[in-house]
Amino acid sequence: MTVAALARPRQLRPASLRIATDVLANLGLPILLLLIWTVWSNVQPSQFFPAPWAIAEAFVDTWMGPALWADVLPSVTRLLLAILIAVVAGVALGTLIGLVRWLRELTEPTLEFLRAIPPPVMIPVFVAVLGVTPQMQIIVIVFGAMWPVLLNTTDGVRSTDAAMIETARSYSIGVARRIFALVLPAASPRIMAGVRLSLSIALIMMVISELFASSSGLGYQIKYFQTNYLIAEMWSGVLLLGLFGIILSVAFGAIERRVLRWYHGVKEAAHD
Amino acid sequence: MTAQARRRTGTARKSILGVLGVLALLALWQTASALHWINPIQVPSAAVTLDTFISQVQDREFWRNVGRTLTTWAVGLGIAIGLGCALGAIVGLVPGLRRATHTTVEFLRPIPSVALIPLAILIFGIQPQAALVVIVYASFWLVFIHVLYGVVDVDAVARDTARSFNLTGSSRLRNLVLPSVAPYLVTGVRLAAAVALILAITAEMTIGNPGLGRALTYAAGIGDIATVFAIVVTAGALGLVVNIAFRLVERRALHWHQSIRGEETP
Repeated sequence: MTVAALARPRQLRPASLRIATDVLANLGLPILLLLIWTVWSNVQPSQFFPAPWAIAEAFVDTWMGPALWADVLPSVTRLLLAILIAVVAGVALGTLIGLVRWLRELTEPTLEFLRAIPPPVMIPVFVAVLGVTPQMQIIVIVFGAMWPVLLNTTDGVRSTDAAMIETARSYSIGVARRIFALVLPAASPRIMAGVRLSLSIALIMMVISELFASSSGLGYQIKYFQTNYLIAEMWSGVLLLGLFGIILSVAFGAIERRVLRWYHGVKEAAHD
Repeated sequence: MTAQARRRTGTARKSILGVLGVLALLALWQTASALHWINPIQVPSAAVTLDTFISQVQDREFWRNVGRTLTTWAVGLGIAIGLGCALGAIVGLVPGLRRATHTTVEFLRPIPSVALIPLAILIFGIQPQAALVVIVYASFWLVFIHVLYGVVDVDAVARDTARSFNLTGSSRLRNLVLPSVAPYLVTGVRLAAAVALILAITAEMTIGNPGLGRALTYAAGIGDIATVFAIVVTAGALGLVVNIAFRLVERRALHWHQSIRGEETP
């Protein structure tokens, strides 16, 4: 902080005014957009863009009932399970590949190719092998979401401080302890960056797998509403998916802050 | 051994091992099929897949499908880059606008673009526009956010220097904002290109506009599993080409930037 900033106390503006400007800055545009949408849907009703209140009504009617248990919960369970599998598998494989040089050189082009396959393309393949089952949907999500974690873990493991590894070796610290106490913590900022990427991919893959091959779940419901011309209900599904995206990213932010607390501390110390 | 020679043997070793890895995977796949570890009705052998792939490559309809997919991809990516640059620059440069749009952006961005597919079908039907809406929505945010970060990330000292030298608006834009935005923009475009390809094929699979994705669902529908695998290989190859091409563009365009120059010095 500069001297000028210290000399000029910020408390001169009353707290209530500051809160008011904060609220206006954050909620002004969303409220304005909603107002425009409401007015526009009244002036020129369009069957594809129902009024916001109609969507809100449909949202409560559609999702706050049996659909919550029949469609939303199974989808979310599959999603979370798949994310867990993708993260564990990605970190385990990534650590192995990052630590063993010949393995890395052996698998690099193959992984590069597999990663480049657009994940939705694999749905027909997994359907052929596993049929339309929850396992298939989980594997589809895992296939899409694993790559960012795997590649970032490999990179993170590779860039572990060489001096620290040498130190650990000269203190004859065992392999298992070296991995859990040194390599993984050192790679954790990169790993978390990979997990953040894979979250949004996982959500996309969940929806596609249900749009394409399913008889239940959020994606299936949205498609059902579309084919039956239930427009407000369909919009409410899009809204719910948006909420999922936000909840996932907020929850991840909290986890990341906890896991990387030491890292942010080190960075702040370096800046001072 | 000099450092250069050592690096050359390192590269040679790397390529040989890499090729060995691919061959080992193919051999494993072929053996697994030959020994009936995997059901040939569900997964064709590596040889059958390769065979189908080669006969596909000689088919003109196959190349037409590749062309259709790449056209949708390129148009969608182009629109997304144009919109993302324009809006990102406006929101980043006009004071107060960034704060005012923050909540809206943070709500709209996480909506998975594929959730818009049913909406796009309703409004546009089985037309290229429906696919374009989905592609543009997904890749727009990547470009927009990266341009926004780049505009905000202008070095404070450089900005003060520009001000004290009385640089004009256009000169500031060219000499101050653009160099700061460029690395962000190129990264954003590279990520957007990969995402746009994924959604181009997804749109064809779910909406049904012609291209590789529709050929894939068609083959899967009639149980032609060898063609399904051949198209998966094709899609992977396209993804690989897009990734490599945009990484090259990144290196070329940013050869002056620290992130690229840092890699060159050993």
